[in-house]
Amino acid sequence: MSTAATSSDLQTVYVPSPETLGAVLAPGARPPRPSAWSSSVTFGWRAMLKIKHVPEQLFDVTAFPIIMTLMFTYLFGGAIAGSASAYLQFFLPGIMVTSVVMITMYTGIGLNTDIEKGVFDRFRTLPVWRPSALVGMIFGDVLRYILAALVILGVGLILGFRPDGGVIGVLAGIGLLVVFSFAFSWVWTMFGLILRSEKSVMGVSMLVLFPLTFLSNVFVEPSTMPGWLQAFVKVNPITHLVDAIRSVMSGSPDATSIMWTFLWSAGFVVVFGFLTMYRYNRR
Amino acid sequence: MSDHPSAPAIEAKGLVKTFGDTRALDGIDLLVPAGSVYGLLGPNGAGKTTAVRVLATLTRPDGGSATVFGHDVVREASAVRAKVSMTGQYASVDEDLTGVENLILIGRLLGHRKPAAKARADELLAAFGLTEAADRQVKKYSGGMRRRIDIAASILNTPELLFLDEPTTGLDPRSRNQVWDIIRSVVAHGTTVLLTTQYLDEADRLASRIAVVDHGKVIADGTPGELKSSIGSGTVHVRLRDAATRTKAQEVLARALGAAVEPDADPVSLTARVEGSDFEASTQAARALSELAAAGIVVDDFSLGQPSLDEVFLALTDHPASAELETAR
Repeated sequence: MSTAATSSDLQTVYVPSPETLGAVLAPGARPPRPSAWSSSVTFGWRAMLKIKHVPEQLFDVTAFPIIMTLMFTYLFGGAIAGSASAYLQFFLPGIMVTSVVMITMYTGIGLNTDIEKGVFDRFRTLPVWRPSALVGMIFGDVLRYILAALVILGVGLILGFRPDGGVIGVLAGIGLLVVFSFAFSWVWTMFGLILRSEKSVMGVSMLVLFPLTFLSNVFVEPSTMPGWLQAFVKVNPITHLVDAIRSVMSGSPDATSIMWTFLWSAGFVVVFGFLTMYRYNRR
Repeated sequence: MSDHPSAPAIEAKGLVKTFGDTRALDGIDLLVPAGSVYGLLGPNGAGKTTAVRVLATLTRPDGGSATVFGHDVVREASAVRAKVSMTGQYASVDEDLTGVENLILIGRLLGHRKPAAKARADELLAAFGLTEAADRQVKKYSGGMRRRIDIAASILNTPELLFLDEPTTGLDPRSRNQVWDIIRSVVAHGTTVLLTTQYLDEADRLASRIAVVDHGKVIADGTPGELKSSIGSGTVHVRLRDAATRTKAQEVLARALGAAVEPDADPVSLTARVEGSDFEASTQAARALSELAAAGIVVDDFSLGQPSLDEVFLALTDHPASAELETAR
C-alpha cells in the first residue's frame, strides 16, 4: 500500500467510538448563513494563515520591489533628470505603481494552483456568498500590496525621496494604489480560472503587464514620445493612476486623474469580476 | 424554495456530461432513498466522480436533470448546497493550514461565531482522534488522518446528504476500517451517504443499495444481495502442492461445489465461482476442502473471497473492469 501509516499515526492508534462520534453528529442549531462581508473576511483570514505558514511567499513582494526601485533609479536617474535623487521625486510613485501592479499577477497564479487542489471543491459546495472565496483571497493579496508599497516607500525615503504631500499625501497615494490593485486583481482571477497552467497564467500576465506599465508615464514624461504612442499612454489606466498618486503625494491632488482611477477600478471590478464569477460558477 | 419532505435524497434522470470527445456521463439514472448508504461501484474513469460533482453542484450537466431532496442541482444550487457536504477524492481541506485552522475556517464559513467554531473544531478533532495533530499542517498528515480531517470538515454541520468519493482508496487496511466505522456512525444519525468505490467488498459492507457504473451508465443496480446472486456470491481459489493432482482436484471441486471449476494460468491453481447466499457459499467451500483432503490432495492455499470488481464486470458486461483501453462501446 503506497500510503503506509506514518510513525505518528502508529503511536496513537485511533479507534472510532460510536458514542463520541454520535455526540458530534447530533445535529446542533444551524447558525444563519454568514453575510457576504463576513465570509469574505473569513477567506481573507485563510490567506493570512497561508502567509503565516508559508512566509517565503513574501519574498516576491519585498525583494522584487527593492530591486526594481534601485535598478531604475540609478539606471535612468542621471540620464533623465541629471541625478538619481532628482529623478526619484518624479519616479518613485511610478515605480511603486509598476511593482505593485506587477505583483497583482500572483493572484492569478495563486488561484490557478489553489483551484487544482480539492479545497476549492469544498468552498464551492458551501452555502456562502459565491464570490467570497475570491474576494477573501484578494484581501490577503491586498496586504501584500500594502507591504510592497511600504517597502518601496522605505527605500525611496532612504534614497532621498521627499514628498511635499507629507504623511497624509503619501498614505492617500498608497490608498489609491491599493484600491486600483484590488480592482485590477480581478483580471488575473479570470485568467487564473480560464488558463490551464500556472505557466500560461504567468505568460499572459507578462504580455499584459509589460506594455501596460512601460508604455505609460512611469519612467519618462510622455511629451517626447511619438504621437501614436502618446495616444495610448493617455488612455492607459496606469497613466491615470500614476498621475493621481503623484498629485496627492506632492500635495496638490488632481481631481481628474483621481476620478479616472476610480472609474477604471470600478470598471475592472464590474467587467472582470463578472467574467471571473461566470467561469467560477461553471467550472 | 420549499422543502419536499417525501422527496428522495437524490433523483437523477438521464444525466449527460461530456468532456471533449469523452462522454463521462452517458445518461445516468439514480434514485437514492433518504437515510441510506448508496454505493456507486465502478472502475476508474467510469464516471463516478463526475456524477458526484454534478450532484454536489460543482459541475453543470450537459443533459438530463437531477434533484437533491427535491431541489434542482442547477436551478436551486444554493438550496442544494445548504443540505450537502462533499469529500472529494483528494483531501478537500487546505493542506497549508493546520487541522484546527481548517475546521475553524469551515465553521466560520457556515456562520458560527469564532468561539463556537473553535469549540466545535476541538470537539470534532477529539472525536476523530486528531487532537494531538490539531496544530500540525494537514500536508504532514498520514493518508488516514487526512481522510478523517476531511470527513470531520464535512460533518461540521451535520449534512443531510454526504458525498464520499472513494473515501478509502489508497488507505491501509486499518485506516480503511476506521473510515468504515465513521461512515456507519454518520448514517446511524440519519445522514444519507452517496459513496463511490472501486471495491465490491466496501460497497457490500456499507451500502444498502449499489449501482454499478460503467462508461457513464448504470449497468446494474440493486441490493448487494441481489447483485451478488446475479454474479455468484463468492470465488474459491485453490492452490495445490503438486500440479499433477490438478485434474483430480478439478473433478472433486466441481462435484463438491456443484459449479464449473476453471484451471488458472498457474499450473497448480484452480478457481470456481460459488452460488447462493454467503452462508451457503461457506458451507460449500468447507465441504470442498474436506473432500480434497479425503481424496489425498495436498492443498497449499485455499480461499473463499468475494468476487472482485473484475469478476463483477465480467459477469455483468463480459469485459473486465480494467480494460479501459478497449474500444469504446
